[in-house]
Amino acid sequence: MPNYILYAIPKILIMVGFLFNVGGILTWVDRRQSAMIQDRVGPNRAVIKIGKFELRLWGLLHPAADGVKFFFKEDFMPPKADKLLFSLAPILAMIPVLCLVAVIPFGDTVCPDALIQTVGNVTQLPNIARSGLCTFDPRTGLQPIDLQIVSLDIGLLFVFAMAGQGIVSAAISGWSSDNKFSLMGALRASSQMVSYEVTLGLSVVGALMIYGTLRLGDMVRWQSEHAWGIFVQPVAFFIFFAALVAESKRIPFDLPEAESELVSGYFTEYSGMKFGMFYFAEYMEIVTSSMLVVTVFLGGWGLPFVHRDGITIAFGEGMLAQLPLPHLVVTVFGVLAFFIKTLTLCWIQTFVRWSLPRFRYDQLMGLCWKVLLPVSLANIFVTGVVWLLLDMAPPFVGNMLQLVGDATQGFVAVLVTFLVGSAVFGLFRSRTKDPRIIGASAELVRSAGKSPQSPMQA
Amino acid sequence: MHVQTYAPMFMLFVAATAIATLFFTLATVLGPSKPSAEKSLPFECGSDSDGAQHVRLSVKFYLTAILFVVFDIESVFVYPWAIQFRSLGWMGLASMMGFLLVILVGLVYAWKKGALEWET
Repeated sequence: MPNYILYAIPKILIMVGFLFNVGGILTWVDRRQSAMIQDRVGPNRAVIKIGKFELRLWGLLHPAADGVKFFFKEDFMPPKADKLLFSLAPILAMIPVLCLVAVIPFGDTVCPDALIQTVGNVTQLPNIARSGLCTFDPRTGLQPIDLQIVSLDIGLLFVFAMAGQGIVSAAISGWSSDNKFSLMGALRASSQMVSYEVTLGLSVVGALMIYGTLRLGDMVRWQSEHAWGIFVQPVAFFIFFAALVAESKRIPFDLPEAESELVSGYFTEYSGMKFGMFYFAEYMEIVTSSMLVVTVFLGGWGLPFVHRDGITIAFGEGMLAQLPLPHLVVTVFGVLAFFIKTLTLCWIQTFVRWSLPRFRYDQLMGLCWKVLLPVSLANIFVTGVVWLLLDMAPPFVGNMLQLVGDATQGFVAVLVTFLVGSAVFGLFRSRTKDPRIIGASAELVRSAGKSPQSPMQA
Repeated sequence: MHVQTYAPMFMLFVAATAIATLFFTLATVLGPSKPSAEKSLPFECGSDSDGAQHVRLSVKFYLTAILFVVFDIESVFVYPWAIQFRSLGWMGLASMMGFLLVILVGLVYAWKKGALEWET
């Protein structure tokens, strides 16, 4: 079997496995976190019993139980539905989400020669360039391996093409269901998704002008060398992120499936695993959109001051510290960094869902066409003028910018250390249980002069 | 060369299709099927329904679709320019701003005509 097929199999397994597992766990995170925010107990019924031993894992078994349940539920199709389109829609919802990960790089290019050197002798540091090019040894004949399923020249366009397919599935599922609510949900969904796709496409143009490439791997390299996209293009970042949340049709943009108005929108008539496929595709979309934001704006696999040859803390010309690291360690750091950033962003998306109320439909469309679209056009103009002025500026301005870029890397490093530190500190701090925090209802009961009755009021 | 690039993508595409089809088939095979007259009705919160064929829909959705075509094609034109933007320089920026201005006039026109208003 040729090498490129052999290398592709583990990469596909990693990405699809990550999507499936994180998508499943996110359904749990969503439910558990909503319970915490709304002062409820949350999912806790699924249990593995071995004799007297009960394994509950804070409800973590629920995604698995849900999956099994979905398969054994009745698979119902309305008699007047368009049979072909009705069956095709859930399949079409899932395929593009899985294909989208093809172009997303989850680590820096691996140089097999350098890896072999470090495996043979861990203490010996490989001769590896910082530029991202491998020193190719003709004796071993091993080509560098991109940690990306396909390295396409049109990477980002491919992502948009795949993301756009979601509209097809939403539209035909609503159309074929023979249900007014489904049809209205489908119309809302397609209208919303095409509108936000325009914004999504135009907001990222500012970043593309700076990176000068559509290859996602090269974007990450630019960010590792200079500064993360969020510092270079903050406006583009926020518009892009908002548009991506709108594309995945989640609160505050969940008008197509607004429960209080449309039951559950375009998949009202679906049951069993066919419903599960829509539901699961939505959660996998959260993961893919997080991966996309991480790659384009949050430095991808890059970590502050970590280069291919090790850690170099430098501001402009002033070098502070240097620590050479083996190729394997740097690669593992990069892959871990990418996945941890993705998980953090997934968590932020579930957190947003339980913090914001739903828009009205006219507000939703107004936000897209009257606010985000003009702002992203203005962003293109401002980026163009500033960037061309900088090209004309004397060299010391460039050095200043490099210094500022390095300062943002330092800022990120300090911020992450602080956040992780305070999270660890918060977890290990002994907490006195304040009844007011545990139950707002207990407060109410006490103020009425009674004593709390149920465990919820305790 | 092209085979090397696109073979992994084809593999992923096959895998994705296989997974989705597997889910679909399992759901059809494993689940019970007990149709009834009640179940066959469209689920619209209990009120009688005569199906979706007779719904009149707002023309706004159609307008949005038309606007989408205009602006999405616009962004396709902007992409190659954005990639080559630094080598094209001020002249390129001026040309693209002219193009965007024309599109912007279209947006303002649609706005003033009320195509972006959903309240009415």
